[in-house]
Amino acid sequence: MFKKILIANRGEIGVRVIRACRELGILSVAVYSEVDRLSPHVLNADEAYPIGAASATESYLNGERILDVAKRCGADALHPGYGFLSENAKFAQACTDAGLKFIGPSAASMEMMGSKTRARQEMEKAGVRFVPGTSRALESVRQAKEVAAQIGYPVMLKAAAGGGGKGMRLVTSAQELQPALEASQGEAQRAFGDGEVYLEKAILNPRHIEMQILADERGNTVYLGERECSIQRRHQKVLEEAPSPLVDSEMRRQMGEVALRVAKAAGYSNAGTIEFLVDQEKNFYFLEMNTRLQVEHPVTELITGLDLVEWQIRIAAGEELPFQQKDVLIRGHAMECRIYAEDPDNNYFPSPGKVTMLLTPAGPGIRLDSGVYEGWTVPIDYDPLLAKLVGYGQDRAQAVSRLVRALDEFFVAGIKTNLGLFRRILAEEDFLSGNVDTGYLERLLGGAEPARSESSAREGAASLAAIAAAVFAALDATPKAVTNAAVSRDSASNQGEGAADAGVSGWKRAARLEGLR
Amino acid sequence: MTVYNVTIDGTEHRLELETAAGGWRCRLDGREVEINAVLARPDFLSVIMEGKAYPIKRERVEADWRIWIGDQSYTAEVRDPRSLRGRKQRPDHGQGARQLVAPMPGKVVRFLVGENSTVEAGQGIVVVEAMKMQNEIKSPKKGIVLKLVVAEGAAVNAGDVLAIVE
Repeated sequence: MFKKILIANRGEIGVRVIRACRELGILSVAVYSEVDRLSPHVLNADEAYPIGAASATESYLNGERILDVAKRCGADALHPGYGFLSENAKFAQACTDAGLKFIGPSAASMEMMGSKTRARQEMEKAGVRFVPGTSRALESVRQAKEVAAQIGYPVMLKAAAGGGGKGMRLVTSAQELQPALEASQGEAQRAFGDGEVYLEKAILNPRHIEMQILADERGNTVYLGERECSIQRRHQKVLEEAPSPLVDSEMRRQMGEVALRVAKAAGYSNAGTIEFLVDQEKNFYFLEMNTRLQVEHPVTELITGLDLVEWQIRIAAGEELPFQQKDVLIRGHAMECRIYAEDPDNNYFPSPGKVTMLLTPAGPGIRLDSGVYEGWTVPIDYDPLLAKLVGYGQDRAQAVSRLVRALDEFFVAGIKTNLGLFRRILAEEDFLSGNVDTGYLERLLGGAEPARSESSAREGAASLAAIAAAVFAALDATPKAVTNAAVSRDSASNQGEGAADAGVSGWKRAARLEGLR
Repeated sequence: MTVYNVTIDGTEHRLELETAAGGWRCRLDGREVEINAVLARPDFLSVIMEGKAYPIKRERVEADWRIWIGDQSYTAEVRDPRSLRGRKQRPDHGQGARQLVAPMPGKVVRFLVGENSTVEAGQGIVVVEAMKMQNEIKSPKKGIVLKLVVAEGAAVNAGDVLAIVE
């Protein structure tokens, strides 16, 4: 087993990996940029080393610097988390070359599945059904028009080198194709340094359902159930759940077996996720494979009882999976809210800044994977994910009611967050009946604003707010000793003057004490 | 009794408060209200009113206060006629004038309205570009644009004043 693992990441996932290391008795090493000196992953690690200026390219994406730290501190393994260098085949190879075990798949599988066009070619070979379209980069507008005419509009243009919505364009007719293709290629070039674009049939209102797999380095591979990730805004997931309300055990078995075929075709080891698009007829099509741990892994952990990060580490250390597919049991239902520092009144624009107050939920069925704490300043330089709030219950309804209760306990001041969005989603009819697709959230946000609380209720609350505002102001102006809290403390403690002084001005009390000295 | 003039979401209220026997005596707009209010921690007030318990938080938002009751928030301005402190806390340019500040570092792309225009609360005043996205900064209140403080093309930092609306 490893003695020391360097975590090449930050924020909530940095903390997540550190926790797994702690539980396994492994020393954890954090790396931090200039703005992350007080980040929770640094505060919680056994060792910490600075790696450069705030910008990701200078720090968390700087493979050379990170490997240098690994060498200096004597780490024997590296966990890349998600994002940053986690799907960078060159970096994975550089780790191997430096004698550092990369906790994840081989550079070769990463390379194969990392390029969306290459992945499609391999899936074609493996006989895996995927969304009809091109498996190679589009060479010309003419070719694009030919393929599009063949598969039928609407079609989706996509970047081969990456995701997150960059380089994606929906094209509904032949006239739109040329300008869309040019825009798509330009965007892909700027975002990934690779302008390769391919084309797929656009499935109307698909559901995004992904399958988690785990493979050791001895060829044993299992699937751990699916996750429903259709609640997205601009192709970024916002709320995920496991299992999917659409998937029954037979469909799970079928999707799981396709996922295993994909993993084997890729020679895959460690944790990975196969993404599918599911149409209205429940047909599922291979979309792509993510060759890393995903943000939403907690929902799978909760329904299977397995610690995925722990298994990632064990697999990388050469251990064989001690369980088989038949031993993987799914129990209960889990749902995750991604809490972002975003301004919902301003198009979800990132809202970095100092967290002046943070009240977090707890209690039955609530898990919080957080990357913030009260008093910390959320930097602008990275993805503004603050925390993942996960609700778990014996069924979907209980998971929802626990999450709703937890959201009521959750309070953040100092920055704007998307907390209010989850209250809306978790009260909405279609969501509650499991009737979602990838267009769901845009429709909800584009629709009518929710009715404000009943005007009489809000009026009553406004009166209370007025009273509270005045009380706060009165307390601001008063010397500390006269606050009610101090008063009740003093009455209870019975020191010297004791109860008789309750309610007396602090000045008078101090004067009395002085006089009696 | 100390008198406070409190404006909640634009509506004015008159609050009379005094400490009494370990608690508060309170009159809201002339009406006597019985409250038990204790500060649990800075900016967190536990209020019990007619038996109902309310955890009420206070948040500073630019030059304003926001009072949170559950998931609803209310903008609050408190003026204590007796002390200067209430007024000094807000960097004001005169009665009712409000500053429009940049929420993050960026560049002023263009102004959407000119000086002396009348604007509604929430109306876009200036567009600031930051992190490759354009962000419309909105007026905090209904009023008149007194002054556009920065020029188009200027680089701004978080907290820099962009305009003043009265």
